[in-house]
Amino acid sequence: MKDDRNPGKSVLHPEDAKVDPGRRWVNTLLGAGVVATVASFIYPAIRYVIPPPVSEASNLSVVAAKVGELKENAAKVFKFGSTPAILVRTPDGNYRAFTAVCTHLGCTVQYRSDSHEIWCPCHNGKYNLQGRNVSGPPPRPLAQYQVHIQGGDVVVVRNT
Amino acid sequence: MADLKRRTLDWLNERMGGEDIEAFLRHKRVPIHRHTIWYYLGGMALFLFMIQVLTGILLLMYYRPSANGAFESVQFIMTQVKFGWLIRSIHSWSANLMIFIVFVHMFSVFFMKAYRKPRELTWVSGMLLFFIVLAFGFSGYLLPWNTLAFFATKVGTDMAGFVPIIGNWIKVFLRGGNEVTGATLTRFFGFHVAVLPGIATLLLALHLLLVQKLGMSVPPGVEQKIKEGKEPNRSMPFFPNFLLRDIMGWYGALGVLGALAAIFPWELGTKANPFGSAPAGIHPEWYFLFMFQTLKFLPSKVFFIDGELLGLMLFGVVGALWVIIPFLDCKVGFSRVTHFFTGLGVFALGFIIVLSCLAIF
Repeated sequence: MKDDRNPGKSVLHPEDAKVDPGRRWVNTLLGAGVVATVASFIYPAIRYVIPPPVSEASNLSVVAAKVGELKENAAKVFKFGSTPAILVRTPDGNYRAFTAVCTHLGCTVQYRSDSHEIWCPCHNGKYNLQGRNVSGPPPRPLAQYQVHIQGGDVVVVRNT
Repeated sequence: MADLKRRTLDWLNERMGGEDIEAFLRHKRVPIHRHTIWYYLGGMALFLFMIQVLTGILLLMYYRPSANGAFESVQFIMTQVKFGWLIRSIHSWSANLMIFIVFVHMFSVFFMKAYRKPRELTWVSGMLLFFIVLAFGFSGYLLPWNTLAFFATKVGTDMAGFVPIIGNWIKVFLRGGNEVTGATLTRFFGFHVAVLPGIATLLLALHLLLVQKLGMSVPPGVEQKIKEGKEPNRSMPFFPNFLLRDIMGWYGALGVLGALAAIFPWELGTKANPFGSAPAGIHPEWYFLFMFQTLKFLPSKVFFIDGELLGLMLFGVVGALWVIIPFLDCKVGFSRVTHFFTGLGVFALGFIIVLSCLAIF
């Protein structure tokens, strides 16, 4: 507190300055030891709480539906890897597949047969049948997946 | 820096009454005599309990309390999660060390007659904490859902069924049904992470408050010598002198725990199969061995009473007497009564050690 009057003369508080330099050295060593110990506890704990990565194949192929299961102007949400995806059958009978995870805040979208849109109920975000974000808060289009008809199956494929 | 520290402390002092807290902390002094070493055990048990709380919280982040997920989730912790083997091994080792320390703490307090007036309630709260610690051990043992744990729980809860009149009710309550199933696992999980910690926290607060308020007890022998002037009446402040010594001990305990966890990681065993046979050589954790061995020695019928019921009654009665011992041994000094109680303690300790050894070898 009195240091302000003698700037530059001593950075130590008068009481701390009384401490023997050898003792101060021991204190520094002890402090460093404590810090190192605490770090050796915190490090494993932090590594522990970070979940191990779940390895997911970058190439993914899922049977989303049977041919004829979906009527025109209808859609279904299915499990695609670890996230939901949506298979839409457009009013003209084509199949399209997108991720069902809204690009706004991650809600799962649904198909609106009345307005022919993909709609997110959480914040009224809307995507057209190309997956483009056309209205509401979503910042990006929905990622599109390839759709193949193999035998009687509608197969959705992601290649990255 | 130093200036900032002082100003912060002053600021806090003004608002929180730091002097009162300091006075409260400084009030307790730890007597120095040839038995001072035993005063470290309570603090050591408390430290290991804190380790249990911290590692337990970490384990909760991955553990799944269901018959289909429990074993797999512990396996995941042990093999996939970074340092998961370390956290779980420390939790298991620390649990066992804590129970051991609590046993030694209890017997040292018993033989030093520290339960005598005015510390009767400290003893009673400590005994209740002891039972809670055993319940922690029993409930936690099931959680990995491995074969050993499954059968230990089956036998342990089955024994509760021998209690007259309410036995079956206790058994069904503990198991969450008639058999040990996933419902039992969920229940034990609830006991282990919510019910027991809640009760333990309250009891611990009471126990520590009493210790802080009443201070440390000096054994009657030493007290007598101090009175007669044969021994100096020496003591050190608990805060910070004794606490710093405590911390040295804790530091050592951490080293031991880390070494044990690294050299002997805790086994997981095989997943429980409710419809498989019990493996040969099955036995409970070491701290229940003396009861297990006693039950083995008891014949199935003693006069008209079931052997299990007799054993249960025996341990029930002895346990209850042990809790209220400060009120029985109230003539502490150098009377014959108190020698009798010391002898009783020696017998109990000997009984536990001998029967445990018989079970192991």
